[in-house]
Amino acid sequence: MHSDRAPMGLKIAAGAGLAFMHLPLILIFVYAFTTEEKSYQWPPPGLTLKWFAVTWGRADVWEALSLSLRVAAISTAIALVLGTLCAAAVSRSKFFGREAISLMVILPIALPGIITGISLRAAFNLADIPFSFWTIVLGHATFCVVVVYNNAVARFRRISGSLIEASLDLGADSFQTFRHVILPNIATALLAGGMLAFALSFDEVIVTTFTAGQQQTLPIWMLEELVRPRQRPVTNVVAMVVVLVTFLPILGAYYLTRGTESVAGQGK
Amino acid sequence: MTTAVRFTGVSRHFGSVRAVDGVDIEIAEGEFFAMLGPSGSGKTTCLRLIAGFEQPTAGEIAIFGEPAQGVPPYKRHVNTVFQDYALFPHLSVIDNVAYGLMIAGQPKAQRRRAAEEALEMVALPGYGTRKPSELSGGQRQRVALARALVNRPKVLLLDEPLGALDLKLREQMQEELKALQRKLGITFVFVTHDQGEALSMADRVAVFNEGRIVQVGQPQDIYYRPEVPFVADFVGSSNVFPPDLTERLTGKRAHAALRPEAVRLGAEGHGATVRGSSFIGTATKVALDMDGIPMIALLPKGAPVPEAGAQVRVSWADEDLHVMDPNA
Repeated sequence: MHSDRAPMGLKIAAGAGLAFMHLPLILIFVYAFTTEEKSYQWPPPGLTLKWFAVTWGRADVWEALSLSLRVAAISTAIALVLGTLCAAAVSRSKFFGREAISLMVILPIALPGIITGISLRAAFNLADIPFSFWTIVLGHATFCVVVVYNNAVARFRRISGSLIEASLDLGADSFQTFRHVILPNIATALLAGGMLAFALSFDEVIVTTFTAGQQQTLPIWMLEELVRPRQRPVTNVVAMVVVLVTFLPILGAYYLTRGTESVAGQGK
Repeated sequence: MTTAVRFTGVSRHFGSVRAVDGVDIEIAEGEFFAMLGPSGSGKTTCLRLIAGFEQPTAGEIAIFGEPAQGVPPYKRHVNTVFQDYALFPHLSVIDNVAYGLMIAGQPKAQRRRAAEEALEMVALPGYGTRKPSELSGGQRQRVALARALVNRPKVLLLDEPLGALDLKLREQMQEELKALQRKLGITFVFVTHDQGEALSMADRVAVFNEGRIVQVGQPQDIYYRPEVPFVADFVGSSNVFPPDLTERLTGKRAHAALRPEAVRLGAEGHGATVRGSSFIGTATKVALDMDGIPMIALLPKGAPVPEAGAQVRVSWADEDLHVMDPNA
């Protein structure tokens, strides 16, 4: 008899692989409670909650967190608008250079971040744009647009063209058609794309190092903290927050796009 | 009688493709008008020109006397039943039907009532809360019909609406559509490639070929008096005689059409060879070769069917041979 059950060896190997990926995360969490503040010592000599209080009181943490949240929110908003428009243009109409544009939109995510970062920095310098909050946002928007675009374009392809014509035929103008037909059919794709974009922006380091001035986003702040040890477990507390803040949207995106394969374009 | 739709020299070219090429049509108010033709003959493009999804390259279109030039689809008092039905998948059946009224700004209670009535009209009462994906093909077709009719359009356009249905359902819907059209008195413009459908439903039929209308007329005219060989061949698979043969038979030099059921096999007439036969239910179809001209004869039930290769004699009543206009 052929069995659907995997052999024990394969199960153990799969378990070990997953453990290898996720156990270090637990280590980070544990160090957030250690009493030792200079070096990471295993096992922790004692456990304490005081680092949560210390972190709460640190103004630099709040500043970095606030900057990261604002950058992620605005980059995501820009990406949602531009990514949707671009996806609509590429999937709904035929024009010269359509394939090229599609490729150029996707390219930034394939490009190493360091190249995006260097080229943006060079471009900002050349144009005499001082580094600021907005240069970080621009840098992040380059790859956030891709995520939204990819999600939206896949959904647009599944909306049959006659749905839009049906709406026009029933008296709705272009704006009403977008509002009542297109948006409801791409909403979950946009939400998923937006959440992924937010998470990407929130933990981005490389592009940010090149496009930020004096400001520190949360990941950059963490990097600096690791270099000069002072109240080290504070970094671990922040790391826990980052994991939660980025993990929840990704989980949400996963559940939103799951099981929506049959949303649009079911004409027949 | 008011003209509902008028095409004057209308063309629609896509690059070098002449999808519609110099078409003139006049569709009267309250008429059930069919556009019949093979795929790619321009009939669907004509429908899309009326709906406003396409703009003519040349010529003029008027809907109830008003020029349609530059009028977008959402400002035309015309509604369409799409070939793939195009029901909105995210809306319930009732919201699909009420969509046009919602856009027009009707209050919710009022448009729900109108939508319910429309669903009753297409024999789907109580289906309002379902999603389109929960309906069968025939039910979706009815919802699409209700969604268009609830807006009381001046002209209803139907793009191969029965194409996706099975034979039995198709025949039932043909009768229902015809009855509905008579009851409502709305002008129906119906696109189909099925000649049986066009002939049985329409008041008048326009036969399309290669972007042009080759004949317009009542179903009987189209069927019994084809003006060009294409119509004879496409509409009823008539036997088409070349001008040489027609001249020998009648003295007139033109194509001629002879319906298969008018062909008799007997002791007199022209010699022909039997190529084969096939049983098609109500009759038997016999393929013949008359001096190199292929011919089809329909033998009624019970008539003796000749073997393939047999020599037979074929004849027909003179009035059954329809000689076409030599200039057409």
